[in-house]
Amino acid sequence: MSAAPAPTEAPQGPPKPALTDHPSRHVGDRVFEGVLRAFGLVILALPALMLVELTITALPALSGFGFGFLTGTDWDPVRGEFGAFPFIYGTVVSSLLALLLAVPVSLGVAIFLADLAPRALQRPLGFLVELLAAIPSVVYGFWGIFVLVPWLRETVEPGLQAHLGFLPIFQGPPIGFGMLAAGVILAIMIVPTITSISREVLRAVPDIHREAAIGLGATRWDVIRHAVLPTARPGILGASILGLNRALGEAMAVTMVIGNRPQVASSLFEPGHTMASVIANEFAEADSDLYLGALAEIGLLLFVVALVMNLFARWLVGTVSKKAAGGAR
Amino acid sequence: MKRRAFLIATVVLATACKGGGDGGGLPGQKGEGTATPQATGNLHLTGAGATFPYPLYSKWVSEYGKAHPDVKIDYQSIGSGGGIRQISERTVDFGASDAPMNEEQLGKAAGILHIPTCLGAVAVTYNLEGVGSGLKLTGEALSGIFLGTVTKWNDPKIASQNPDTKLPDKAISSVHRSDGSGTTKIFVDYLSAVSDPWKTGPGSGTSVSWPGGLGAKGNEGVAGQVKSSPLTIGYVELAYALQNGMSVASIQNKAGKFTAPSLESTTAAGAAVKMPDDLRVSIVNAEGDDAYPIAGFTYLLVYQEQKDARKGKALVDFIHWSLRDGQAHTKPLHYAPLPEAVSALADKKVLSIVGPDKKPLLATP
Repeated sequence: MSAAPAPTEAPQGPPKPALTDHPSRHVGDRVFEGVLRAFGLVILALPALMLVELTITALPALSGFGFGFLTGTDWDPVRGEFGAFPFIYGTVVSSLLALLLAVPVSLGVAIFLADLAPRALQRPLGFLVELLAAIPSVVYGFWGIFVLVPWLRETVEPGLQAHLGFLPIFQGPPIGFGMLAAGVILAIMIVPTITSISREVLRAVPDIHREAAIGLGATRWDVIRHAVLPTARPGILGASILGLNRALGEAMAVTMVIGNRPQVASSLFEPGHTMASVIANEFAEADSDLYLGALAEIGLLLFVVALVMNLFARWLVGTVSKKAAGGAR
Repeated sequence: MKRRAFLIATVVLATACKGGGDGGGLPGQKGEGTATPQATGNLHLTGAGATFPYPLYSKWVSEYGKAHPDVKIDYQSIGSGGGIRQISERTVDFGASDAPMNEEQLGKAAGILHIPTCLGAVAVTYNLEGVGSGLKLTGEALSGIFLGTVTKWNDPKIASQNPDTKLPDKAISSVHRSDGSGTTKIFVDYLSAVSDPWKTGPGSGTSVSWPGGLGAKGNEGVAGQVKSSPLTIGYVELAYALQNGMSVASIQNKAGKFTAPSLESTTAAGAAVKMPDDLRVSIVNAEGDDAYPIAGFTYLLVYQEQKDARKGKALVDFIHWSLRDGQAHTKPLHYAPLPEAVSALADKKVLSIVGPDKKPLLATP
C-alpha cells in the first residue's frame, strides 16, 4: 500500500532529491534499514541453519541407507535397520483424512459465520472457533484417549463395518486407536484454522457481488454458490493448505491415539505411525549415531514434505486466483 | 471493543511485570546479602539422564541441598540415551541411565563408573472385568502375548495357572511403550531371558520392533490405554502402578514361584544377583524364591577421574550421601532401596573416584 504511491510521486519534482540527500535523515535511515535487513536475513538464515544441522546429524543414515530409506518398511532399532515408508504413509494418510473431514465442516461454519448468522451470534461463535485453536494439542490427545477412542470403538467403527464393511478401509477388529482416530482428531484440530481464515476470505468478497446477485433474483443459495464462493475459492484453498500443514506436523495428539505401530495397512481401523510422532517418541532414547541419524533424516523429510506442500499450495492458489480474476471480469 | 481489550491486556501485563519485578527483586537483594560471603564456596553440578528416577533424584537434591546450601545440583530428566550421550561428551558432571552402558558406548567414554542408586521394576497391568490384581502369568504366557502367539484370554497357557479365575474367550490386545524407555528395556530384557523366540525375534533395547499391539507414549499413555480399553494388557513402571492402584499380575520367577511386584520383591531380586566388578548387571529373571523377575538397577554415570577437584569432591560427597542417608527416601516415593551388599559395593566405587592429582576425593570414613 505505502510502496505504491512513492514511485508515482517521485518523478513529479524536486522533493525527492531533497529527501534522500538530507544528511541527518541519511544516517538514521541507513541504520534503520540495516537493522531491518538483519532481521529479514535472520528469517532466511534460520531454516537454512536447521537444514544444515539436520543434514549433518542425518549423515550416517543418509549414507547408510540411501534411497532405500524412503521405501524401507522395517524399523528395528535393535538391529539398526531403518525404513521410513510406514511413517511417510501414516503422515500423508492421516493428514489427508483430516483434510477430507475438516474442509466441508469448516467451509460450512465459515459461510454461516460470514453470510448467514445473525450479527449477535457472529462474534461469540467466531470467538469460540478461535478458542478451539488455542487448546494445547496434549489436551486434544487426552480427550482422544478417553472420549473419542471409546466412542469410535463402540459406536462408529462397528457401525461403519456393518454398513460399509466390504470396503478394505473399514476392515479388521475395531480397537478405536488407529488411523481413523488420528484423522478425526487432526480434523478437529485444523477446523478452527481453516474456518477462521475462510471466514475472513468470505467477508472480503465485495458486497456488491452479493447485491448484484440478489438484484438478479438469486436465492440465498445461489448468491453463495455463484457469487461468493467462486471469488473466495483461492483463499479457501490457501486456508485448507495451512490446515494441512498443521496436520502434517502435529505430533502429540496424533501419537496419543494412532497406536504407534510402523506399518502400512489398508484399513483405517489399524494402528499406524507418523513422521512427527516417531521423532517425538524415540528421540530421547536414540542411543546410536545411526538411530539418531535415521530420526534426523525423518525430520529432514518432514521439512521437505512441508516445503513441497507449501510450494504446491502457492502454485495452486496462484493459478486459481488468476482464473478467478479472469472469469470475474 | 478491541481497543478496550488491548488496554486491559496492557494493564494486566504491566501489573504482572511490576509484580514479577518486585517479587524477583526482593529475594534477589536478600540473596545477594547472604550469598556474598559464600560466593567462593558456591558450586553448581549438573546431571542429565533417565526419567525413571527423576522424582527420587529431585528429592535427594533438595534434601542434600538443605544440609549443603553451597552446592547447587541440577538434574534434567532427558532420557537415558541423552544422559549417556551428554556424559560421554562431558557436557554434564554426571549422567544417569536405567540400563548399563554397552561396550560400544563405553568405548567412546573410557573411565566411566556405574553407580547403582536404587531399583525399579516393571509391573504387568491389565483390564479384565471382574479380575483384580494377582492374575498369574508365566514367562511363556507373557512373551506369547506380546509375540502374538497367545491371542485369547482363555488360552491354556494362561488358564492352566489360573483355574479359579473366569477368563473370557476374547482376543487380547497388548499395549507397549511407543517412546524409547528404560522401562521397555527391562521388560524386553526379561522376555529375551525367558523366551527364545523373543530373543531371536524383537530382541532387547530401549525401543524394539514390536510384533503386534498398540504403542502408547509414556507410563501415563500405556495406563490410559489399558484403563480405557477392555481386554488389554500392558506394562508400566512399578512406582506408577502402585501410585495409581492398578491391577497387576504376579509373574513366575526362576524358582517357579508367582511373585507380585512390590518394593520388597524388587529389592530381593537385586540381592539375589552376583554383582560383577563393574556393577553392570541385568537382574531380570533373578534367582531366589521371593525375587520379582522383571526388575533392574538404575545407575548414575560418573568419571572415575574428575577434572575439577572441588566439583568432583562435591559430586562424590552427594553420591556417597545418596547411597547411605538417601536410601531412606526411596520407599515413600515407591522406589526399591538397594540391598545392603550392593550399596556397600557401590559406595566402594564412589570412594575410588579421584581428582586431577589421582588422590581419592573422599577419605574413607
